[in-house]
Amino acid sequence: MDWSRILVNVAGEIFAPTTAAYALAAIGLNVHFGLTGLLNMGQAGFMLLGAYGFAISTIAGWPLWAAVLVAIACAAAFGLLLGIPTLKLRGDYLAIVTIAAAEIVRLVGRSTALTELTGASSGLRGNSYKDTFQDASPFPDGTFALGPFEYSMNASNSWWVRIVGWAVVALACLLIWLLIRSPWGRVLKGIREDEDAVRSLGKNVYSYKMQALVLGGVIGAVAGIIYVLPRAVQPDSMGRPMTFFIWTILLLGGAATVFGPVLGSIIFWVSLMLIKSVMRAGVPESVMRTEQIEQFGWIIVGVTLMLLVIFRPQGILGDKKELAIDVR
Amino acid sequence: MSADLPRGHVPAAVPHATTASGRDRVTADLAHVAHTPGVPKPDAIVVADQVTRHFGGMTAVDVGHLEVQRGAITALIGPNGAGKTTLFNLLTGFDKPSTGTWSFEGRSLSGVSAARVARSGMVRTFQLTKALSRMTVIENMRLGATRQPGENLFTALVPPLWKAREQEITEQAEELLVRFKLDAKRDDYAGSLSGGQRKLLEMARALMSKPTMVMLDEPMAGVNPALTQSLLGHIQALREEGTTVLFVEHDMHMVRHISDWVVVMAEGKIVAEGPPEDVMADQAVIDAYLGAHHDTDLGDDALLDDGSIEQLEAEEQANQAAAAAAATTEEGPR
Repeated sequence: MDWSRILVNVAGEIFAPTTAAYALAAIGLNVHFGLTGLLNMGQAGFMLLGAYGFAISTIAGWPLWAAVLVAIACAAAFGLLLGIPTLKLRGDYLAIVTIAAAEIVRLVGRSTALTELTGASSGLRGNSYKDTFQDASPFPDGTFALGPFEYSMNASNSWWVRIVGWAVVALACLLIWLLIRSPWGRVLKGIREDEDAVRSLGKNVYSYKMQALVLGGVIGAVAGIIYVLPRAVQPDSMGRPMTFFIWTILLLGGAATVFGPVLGSIIFWVSLMLIKSVMRAGVPESVMRTEQIEQFGWIIVGVTLMLLVIFRPQGILGDKKELAIDVR
Repeated sequence: MSADLPRGHVPAAVPHATTASGRDRVTADLAHVAHTPGVPKPDAIVVADQVTRHFGGMTAVDVGHLEVQRGAITALIGPNGAGKTTLFNLLTGFDKPSTGTWSFEGRSLSGVSAARVARSGMVRTFQLTKALSRMTVIENMRLGATRQPGENLFTALVPPLWKAREQEITEQAEELLVRFKLDAKRDDYAGSLSGGQRKLLEMARALMSKPTMVMLDEPMAGVNPALTQSLLGHIQALREEGTTVLFVEHDMHMVRHISDWVVVMAEGKIVAEGPPEDVMADQAVIDAYLGAHHDTDLGDDALLDDGSIEQLEAEEQANQAAAAAAATTEEGPR
């Protein structure tokens, strides 16, 4: 067993672009669930829309900033569309509608009718939309090694994606940090506790829920862009499992906290990589085949999510006191 | 007790014994108003017309005309299921009426959302207290304030734009907390308060917006006697400050104590109106709600005496009204 290789791989997950993308998606979900109490079960849909919006407009020849704006606009429109009928209803309905809507986005994206635009089920190849992003890099091409970590400077799974991805995560954390302490965040928390009470105090609950849904969705769309930059837009890799990974990350780190989603994402990907690498190296083929190990990793994710919700609903960073109060 | 009332020059006194200008003025205003359901008031703040609410085939509320006097404490009483809370929900925008219009301070409020009703100065509390459990007491209070620019998403990102107002709000909240004796709980989660303290918090929070009218849905339910005294003091203090109060309550001692005017509902309709003493002597009200022995202490040992039971039975037989009997059994468990 090559331990040093395993350790480098595992440590690389700490700052991998995927980790950043999931952290960002969980930050968006935190605005929905942690701050406002909205049960969004379709965060992957927002990410996929963002990815499509960015990739398709880039392929159409739009500049980087315009493509990002398109992604944001797609998510905002999607949020509005979902929110208009559901935010006046009880929370459960939003969960049903969002999970269905995210599936609709995925199924429409992979339908053969749209092959020209979305590449149907085979998706959009990374090289067709990465140029504008890579051209924006101030660094020279080639590879760069920082200690044991060696990645290309700009191409695909690069240092450049890592720098931008984590910078965006830092900005999002700053945004949430500001908002969570503001009177705006206070109204959202009030809505999470009891909508009618907040309504009776003269706040337009519907408008606040809509703002939260759109803001969290837009953050999700940006996460979608970062997620697809080192790979391709694959509708089937951004389905329901992705939403549940994001939920696991959020609950692991701690909902309604600033750094919970970031910590959750790092722990999630590091431990998943650790389990899979160790098992691949240590479990003989006769006991468990490589693809079974992959599946086993996901089973662990499911069990973790269940254990978290039952035994530590406040997550790692959550305020135990805040959640210990029996609301009902 | 007197600490609850913001009138420093008044020496320590029991609040219900005070005969301050507010009560005298309201009493004088209402002195010449007829004691009939739907009677016009000299200075009505709320005027409702033909308000009905049907749930399927059931008519929960059917109010022909109702006026609420400005600056007065008006009690809304009636048996369970009379439609009091439904009327509350309708007036405050938490429910949509089947028909009807109503106005508040001359502006029509029919079809207006609950949030806008609250912003126009009519703030309510709930029968089942809605303290925001996982927020601290002071955060609950701050949420009640109005005109906080930081409640806008974009302004929220620039603290200098809302810090000054936040400071004002916090000072106002702390004053109210002292008045409601909750200042020691300032940084505790609202969920850790007792039921009675939550009632106090909800009322204090409602006052953060400096409303012109507060609507209290059973403010005394589940509150111990000492706290009831203090709540009574707060409600009377509101009247002295010129705030209109409309409340639903089953505690007849409280109704008699503090209300200037009583409106009685039964089966969705207003069946009687008038000052508390008159209304409680009204035969229709006794039949529909109070029961013939509403003044009798049900826990009084004297009632266990054979003589008094026979006497009561004799009276009961004399009083053949079936409604009275029904109301008596209903009143029993309270």
